[in-house]
Amino acid sequence: MLCKCEKEDQNQAADSPDLSMLDEVLDEYRSQAGSLVTVLQKAQDLYGYLPLTILRHIAEEMNIKPAQVYGVATFYTQFRLTPVGKYIIHLCQGTACHVNSSEPIETALIQELKIKPGETTPDKLFTLTNVACLGCCSLAPVMMINGQAYGPLNPNKAVSIVKDFYAGEQQASEGGENA
Amino acid sequence: MKIRIGLGSCGIAAGALKVMEVLKTELDSHNLKLEIQQTGCIGMCHNEPLLDIIEDNGQTFTYGKITEKIIIAIIKQHVLEGKLVEKHLVNSCANPNDFLAEQVRVALRNCGIIDPEQIGHYIDRGGYEALKKAITMSSEGIIEEIKTSGLRGRGGAGFPTWFKWNATRNNPGEIKHIVCNADEGDPGAFMDRSVLESDPHSVLEGMAIAGYAIGAAEGIIYCRAEYPLAIRRLEIAIKQAKEKGLLGSNILGSPFAFDIRIKQGAGAFVCGEETALIASLEGERGMPRLKPPFPAQSGYWGEPTNINNVETFANVPWIIAEGGKAFAAMGSQTSKGTKVFALAGKINRGGLVEVPMGLSLKDVIYKIGGGIKENRNFKAVQLGGPSGGCIPAALLDTPVEYESITATGAIMGSGGMVVMDETTCMVDVARFFLDFTQKESCGKCVQCRIGTKRMLEILERICNGEGQPGDIELLHEIALKVGEGSLCGLGQSAPNPVLTTIRYFQEEYEAHINEKKCPAMQCKALITYRIDPDKCKSCSICAKKCPVNCIKGEKKKPYVIDQNECIKCGNCMEVCPTKFNAVIVE
Ligand SMILES: Cc1cc2nc3c(=O)[nH]c(=O)nc-3n(C[C@H](O)[C@H](O)[C@H](O)COP(=O)(O)O)c2cc1C
Ligand code: SF4
Ligand code: SF4
Ligand code: SF4
Ligand code: FES
Ligand code: FES
Repeated sequence: MLCKCEKEDQNQAADSPDLSMLDEVLDEYRSQAGSLVTVLQKAQDLYGYLPLTILRHIAEEMNIKPAQVYGVATFYTQFRLTPVGKYIIHLCQGTACHVNSSEPIETALIQELKIKPGETTPDKLFTLTNVACLGCCSLAPVMMINGQAYGPLNPNKAVSIVKDFYAGEQQASEGGENA
Repeated sequence: MKIRIGLGSCGIAAGALKVMEVLKTELDSHNLKLEIQQTGCIGMCHNEPLLDIIEDNGQTFTYGKITEKIIIAIIKQHVLEGKLVEKHLVNSCANPNDFLAEQVRVALRNCGIIDPEQIGHYIDRGGYEALKKAITMSSEGIIEEIKTSGLRGRGGAGFPTWFKWNATRNNPGEIKHIVCNADEGDPGAFMDRSVLESDPHSVLEGMAIAGYAIGAAEGIIYCRAEYPLAIRRLEIAIKQAKEKGLLGSNILGSPFAFDIRIKQGAGAFVCGEETALIASLEGERGMPRLKPPFPAQSGYWGEPTNINNVETFANVPWIIAEGGKAFAAMGSQTSKGTKVFALAGKINRGGLVEVPMGLSLKDVIYKIGGGIKENRNFKAVQLGGPSGGCIPAALLDTPVEYESITATGAIMGSGGMVVMDETTCMVDVARFFLDFTQKESCGKCVQCRIGTKRMLEILERICNGEGQPGDIELLHEIALKVGEGSLCGLGQSAPNPVLTTIRYFQEEYEAHINEKKCPAMQCKALITYRIDPDKCKSCSICAKKCPVNCIKGEKKKPYVIDQNECIKCGNCMEVCPTKFNAVIVE
């Protein structure tokens, strides 16, 4: 395991995370048996994702084998080992959304953003992920962007919502340059 | 007079927070000082956002699909002049809504009525009276009462609740645990979320009663991380209950002590299975293990543990307060009480529905749900999610009760009920669920891990028009092996969606395999969208609405779809004016 991490770590060296941010969490949970999942959740809240350096740090501090930490982190879909974009698009692929044609929406978003589900656009603006049921089935098909739900969608609406976000970003950055 | 707004996740998604804001400014501008109360979901998702006007005499008027304009009208007409805004009224005592009128609410008794963030509201409606009564009873007495009620687990399997409680109570061990399963994994179900968001105290009270009966001092709620609002409201509820001495030590002045904490899941369907859930609670990968030993014998940290579903717990206070007999008086011979369903899909009135067991599927879908959207024909209803199956029109008279539903090849499940119409492809539905289970398989058993993958491959090739003779038989054969060779319910029931669709819709499979046709016009590889040059009037509407810009044309010439680019979304067909109807699907 080590050799693989070391190699990938070199790529991450550029933005090596501040380990001390995690001290408080570790102090609270270090001695509580069975709290690994909780610690990983808190770490992800802090860093936005779980870089390998953080995983190794948690393993050391909690006295758990690195392989076990990695095993748990990769088992649950909530944990992300790569950074995410500014806007996370949760596209619902639950049953109600599926029968109300959510698949063409996915295809349209893939074409628009030029990324596949699970990936992030190179400008780090959008991450596209599929989820199973956002719990607003009567609005199906639905997507959620940073906590705000949109529905009922069709491919066209979905694409134009994403375009609106994009336009908003461009305006903001142009405004910033002028100021 | 006071005003009440539904602020469940789905109300919020439909824009209820905006409604709240507008309402406040409007009231201010009229200098009106009315109380605005938040509440959870009444379950009329199809009418969200909802707003209730409650008159001083208690009469309630519910308005639906609220917009800024409607708020202004309501304030002007109803609040100021006392005249109803009939057009937007969806429920009132004089004119009860069919959706609500047919329901019997036990688990949802407070949902959409109380403010879930105020314990006082719960107590005013008789909350925590059951706990008060319980601690004067013996634990045998409570378990006996639950036995009389006939309550069966609402998490899916329908196991008698009293039996599990009794086993956990009698098994040796100093320390025992209560776990509430709020992992709600079925993709298309949201009953538990709504209960937690709308009436968290009913679950806490149910857990405390179970704790007293079993002899446990601690309860854990394992809740999906995808339910942030439910978690927040639970946290508030736990804090308030502790302040009132309804949780913690010396509950209501008695020696009984019981505490509840929340543990967030991390997104794995299989963690809804009880042994996997326990592994996850212990900070491990959530992988099921062989039973026995059952959690009642050896659960959390090897100690006797009783796991129940959210809805199961929500029923408990009602049963203790009203008596097991009253609960058993509802429902059918083998399935007592009521059941909550999340009605969704191609249905006119989707939402949260609680009905007495034994009501027919037809009544749920037509009387309560208002039938199929756009007057299309009903094709099937899916019960039980990835572990369940599709029930066809011919069996719509089946009553909702455990044994009858199981006899159709589906399962009652936790309450997801997704309605499908003639435009739903049943092979695609089977593929959809297999895709889900295959991804969610924990990988421990070969049959589940590889078998579901092979089944998915076959279903994918059938949907792609590459099905071969013998595929149906092959699916059958693998399905049996997967069912037999799997350790937990995920693998054991994974074949159900495939087996039921083959059983009731074999001709659809055959059309895909033999004629390379998708009768429901859904499977992308088997259909093409085309513009009829004779009918097209070159209005360019479709070209503007195509999400991938693959319709080209110019004035006076028929438009043409570039088949290489087309993602077959059907948008063009939808937007082409009906007087032209130039887009055809084949
Ligand atoms: C793959 C799988 C997923 C499950 N998911 C859930 C779930 O999300 N919620 C739930 O309450 N029960 C779920 N169950 C059922 C639980 O294992 C368990 O039977 C139930 O929580 C017991 O509670 P009850 O007796 O009150 O129904 C699942 C079972 C399996 C096999
Ligand atoms: S049946 Fe599937 S999900 Fe269940 S333990 Fe086996 S591999 Fe894991
Ligand atoms: S089906 Fe969708 S992608 Fe294809 S031409 Fe029509 S609108 Fe465009
Ligand atoms: S919308 Fe219909 S009529 Fe108009 S250009 Fe498209 S196909 Fe032709
Ligand atoms: S299936 Fe998409 S919100 Fe429920
Ligand atoms: S009204 Fe809240 S779940 Fe729909």
